[in-house]
Amino acid sequence: MKKRILAALLASATLISMAGCSSTQSTSSTTSSAGDGQSSATEAPANSGDATEAPAESGDATEAPTESEAPGEDKAAVDCVDDITLADGEGKVLNIAVWNDDWKKQFEQYIAPHMPKDVTVNFRITENKENAYQNKLDNDLPENESKSADEKIDMFLFEADYATKYVASDVTLDVKELGLTDDDVKDMYQYTKDVCTVDGVLKGVSWQATPGLFAYRREAAKEILGTDDPDAVQAELSDWTKFEAVAAKAKEKGYKMLSGYDDSYRVFSNNVSKPWVDENKNVQIDDQLMAWVDQTKKYTDEGYNNKTSLWDDAWTKDQTPGQKVFGFFYSTWGINFTLAGNSLKTPEKEGGKLEVGNGEYGQWAACYGPASYFWGGTWMAAAKGTDNPKLVGSIMKAFCCDPDFAKAFAKETQDYANNVPMMKELADDPDYGSTFLGGQNHYALFFNVADKISMDKCTIYDQACNEQFQGAFKDYFDGKVDKDTALANFYTKVKEKHPDLVTP
Amino acid sequence: MSKDYKTIEHSSALQRSGGDPDMKAGPGLLIHRIVCYVVLTFFSLLCLFFFYILIINATRAHYDIMRGFSFFPGGSFGTNFMSAVSNDTIPILNGMLNSLIVAGLSGLLSVYFSAMTAYAIHVYDFKGKNFIFNFILIIMTIPTQISALGLFTMCSDWGLRDTYIPLIIPAIAAPTVFFFMIQYMKSSLPLDIIEAARIDGSGEFRTFNTIVLPILKPALAVQMIFSFVSAWNNFFVPSLIIDTSTKKTLPLMIAQLRSADFLKFDYGQVYMFIFLAIIPVMIVYFCLSKFIIAGVAVGGVKE
Amino acid sequence: MAQPAAVGMQAPAKKKGGIGKYKKWGYIFMIPFVVVFLIFQAWPLIQTFYYSFFEYYKTGLTWVGPNFCGIDNFAAIFDFSRVNLFALTYNTLVMWAIGFIPQIIISLLFAYWFTNVRLRLKCMGIFKTIIYMPNLIMASAFSMLIFSLFSDIGPINEIIKTFNNGEPFRFLSNTWSTMGLVGLMNFMMWFGNTTILLMAAMMGINESVIEAAEIDGAGSGQIFWKITLPLIRPILVYVLITSLIGGLQMFDVPQILTGGMGSPNNTTLTLIMYLNNNIGTSRNYGIAGAISIVVFIICAALSLVVYYGFAQDKTTREANKRAKAALKAERARRGQ
Repeated sequence: MKKRILAALLASATLISMAGCSSTQSTSSTTSSAGDGQSSATEAPANSGDATEAPAESGDATEAPTESEAPGEDKAAVDCVDDITLADGEGKVLNIAVWNDDWKKQFEQYIAPHMPKDVTVNFRITENKENAYQNKLDNDLPENESKSADEKIDMFLFEADYATKYVASDVTLDVKELGLTDDDVKDMYQYTKDVCTVDGVLKGVSWQATPGLFAYRREAAKEILGTDDPDAVQAELSDWTKFEAVAAKAKEKGYKMLSGYDDSYRVFSNNVSKPWVDENKNVQIDDQLMAWVDQTKKYTDEGYNNKTSLWDDAWTKDQTPGQKVFGFFYSTWGINFTLAGNSLKTPEKEGGKLEVGNGEYGQWAACYGPASYFWGGTWMAAAKGTDNPKLVGSIMKAFCCDPDFAKAFAKETQDYANNVPMMKELADDPDYGSTFLGGQNHYALFFNVADKISMDKCTIYDQACNEQFQGAFKDYFDGKVDKDTALANFYTKVKEKHPDLVTP
Repeated sequence: MSKDYKTIEHSSALQRSGGDPDMKAGPGLLIHRIVCYVVLTFFSLLCLFFFYILIINATRAHYDIMRGFSFFPGGSFGTNFMSAVSNDTIPILNGMLNSLIVAGLSGLLSVYFSAMTAYAIHVYDFKGKNFIFNFILIIMTIPTQISALGLFTMCSDWGLRDTYIPLIIPAIAAPTVFFFMIQYMKSSLPLDIIEAARIDGSGEFRTFNTIVLPILKPALAVQMIFSFVSAWNNFFVPSLIIDTSTKKTLPLMIAQLRSADFLKFDYGQVYMFIFLAIIPVMIVYFCLSKFIIAGVAVGGVKE
Repeated sequence: MAQPAAVGMQAPAKKKGGIGKYKKWGYIFMIPFVVVFLIFQAWPLIQTFYYSFFEYYKTGLTWVGPNFCGIDNFAAIFDFSRVNLFALTYNTLVMWAIGFIPQIIISLLFAYWFTNVRLRLKCMGIFKTIIYMPNLIMASAFSMLIFSLFSDIGPINEIIKTFNNGEPFRFLSNTWSTMGLVGLMNFMMWFGNTTILLMAAMMGINESVIEAAEIDGAGSGQIFWKITLPLIRPILVYVLITSLIGGLQMFDVPQILTGGMGSPNNTTLTLIMYLNNNIGTSRNYGIAGAISIVVFIICAALSLVVYYGFAQDKTTREANKRAKAALKAERARRGQ
């Protein structure tokens, strides 16, 4: 009896999963470009739904809004990818380690249709909770060479905060071994290469750059500053002193300048003058970080923020329609995906559309803010021992190096592609405007910030330091401990992650 | 045992209606009863409240849940159900099956073998028996997490990582079950029965399986529930051992869902997942709960 | 362990069934338990303990050690200038007690009501079934629910805000409220379980003992304190010890509620959370081994205190004696 119920459940679930999978995949290509946003926004989800099987269809969606330009130049991203062939002697199984299915979906949409038919691609997903993804990589990568061909990890993805850890070790391969040339990577943002370069050897590449901006509510700007024009607002926010003055004004009008404690963290931590850890493994606290501490404490005590923490529910709620928070520091993905999604009254899952009129969509704008910064970013690398180096190289070339793909991909996803000339084209395009930002061309802003990004202060300890620093000072902002105790707690926590560090 | 108990209950109830001083205070007893019902109802509602919230949240969409709390169901049950069962990176049905295998087997093994060990101590006289008894009591004081690290290394060395062996087999040595069983045997397993079986020519092993186990049934059922539930909800050890997504048990999957990237995070789906994950363990619980209702008597004074 | 026997948990001393030729079956029946214990518990335990004297961890992708380092790891975890095991043991025990004290009281009460024949309550089956149900919810799921109820934007705070000028009470930014929530959750999850165990103990009491006492004119309060409680003491001790050990193992509830931080200011950080922090990224076998040894010693010591403090007592033996005497008298009376 129980078996039969289980069987029935299994059967129905299989059906459901076949029917249901298209509904979750449409997020990436829904936002539109040019003024003609609404028509393409409505079409895109349907077309790109079952990405792997319908490569031809997804082209239609993006052609509509860009009629004015030369048609040959504007192929759909998926059509920019050349068919990939399997080099002699390479394995038929490609294993890719990732921590979520973001890139898996992009792979399925753009690359999978062009993969050699006899190659099986396995995504090994390990969530990054409590460091599980990295722990898994740390276990598997060093012994990758001794595994059987089909068991080997061939490529894996990693994020900015722990990029150095993998590229600095010998578990990653030189991209030249994979078939990438200097010419292939010449248009990439230098910082995306620097972070993956060890002793002059480039070991990983990225398809995106992640410059950050300050996104604000136009309504709030009008009320507080009398204008919502990005240039005028920028003039009022161009340094931290001015920023604070506006925060005080905002308070008078019943607004919070920022949502929580960590909002401005990256704006400070990206502008440090020394790395987290020096060559003798001493942890050093940069003045910029203490400036963040002092500013946030002041904002908290003065009531300029809502005392939320990054990613918590209250923080997200502050981004939804009707909330009295002036703005958020967010980078590329944050503005185009997270904030745009949160601004809706009827979310996409319930049939809402990313269009003006739905909640506060279209009622936001962005400016540079008091300092330039970046946030996030994902890179890919080949694992030492892979039996598919050329295949991995081909995927990297198609996804990260091809200028046509970069441009088409950027337009389809509103992501900021890692290709300087192509992004310049978009930034200079007078016809381009983001519907979410009320017609503002955010690429123009991103372009100027992206130029200034530097990751030369990176260490393998950054993730632990950043996370624990923010965590430890939450108690200080909450008024539970004094600054010294918070600092001591930070030292303790960071030593739990890296016992080799030297702390005062 | 339960029969004896009922007859006693019956006879004493009869007796009491006459001479008990408390009984004469009729209103006192009534008030006492009312207090009991009120308190019990309050706590039962409190218990059910959490299930209620869980189910309500499973019917609400992510953004609704984010925006605030509600005591009334939303309209997204279908959507949430779809997204929970069709998530191909976190296959819930696989998870249920895996959890059933792990929890079911470890429940059975721990109950059977710990009862067997308790039986050995209770029935037989042998050298070192007291030592072993005390030793098992000391084992009881070792938190599982203490040996987890060593277990992890050992499993890596022996190629047991990513298998169910380290999740299931250790259940055989369950000192808490052992202890409960030995207490139960003391009150409910007359040695004469074993003696009689021996005279009938039954082997020791057969006696245990066919005569002793049925007598122990109520205690086995209660401990089975406890072991099953704790294995079903276990997170710490599986999180160290299991890597492959199709081998993951439900708590690991829930952790994975909860840690989903911000963009992917969907409360509706998470609550639906939790709701679905509770259903099998509820079914098991309701199947065995008659033993909880009837009650199991352990220890105490015998005549 | 000179004579743990006196608790009523004792290994029965002499057995009618223990005739020589059956002896070997005693050993045979214990083989699976002992073998599994040795492989899956004892061996890992020895390894864990062994590494506590070594510097042995990972930083980034590089392993450091194992290098013998004497008692450095122990010195580190007892360093009073930062998070140390005394503070953590205190946190853990306080949170355990906040949950356990109401738990044992409510469970005793419920078990007493459920087994009290005089009350003859109806629908007990439903109540008994329901009170165990919270245990079926995973701790992580339970924590999420509690978190959503008590968060700054949760329903409880919506109510508080109306009384408090729109300011929420930030439960999870305050030590006592965070501890209280952890205690509440542990209480909710475990009081049903404890009730079932205590019920089992109370049902084991021969009803005629209580009857006899009643006939002798004892009130219900007296019966409870003088007869029921002492007679269920073995199970009570069992509940106390298992709950204490469970409490010292407390991990997932505060872990999820505080996002692993033990906030504020490490005041809700438990022993096992600390252990977990040291395994999580750095796989620090040295420190983790040292913590393990200390936790083991704390558990064993507290269990022994409970065991001898509560169990080794006169009242139980007296109650036993009283019970037997009462039974004899009762039988004599009925016999007439």
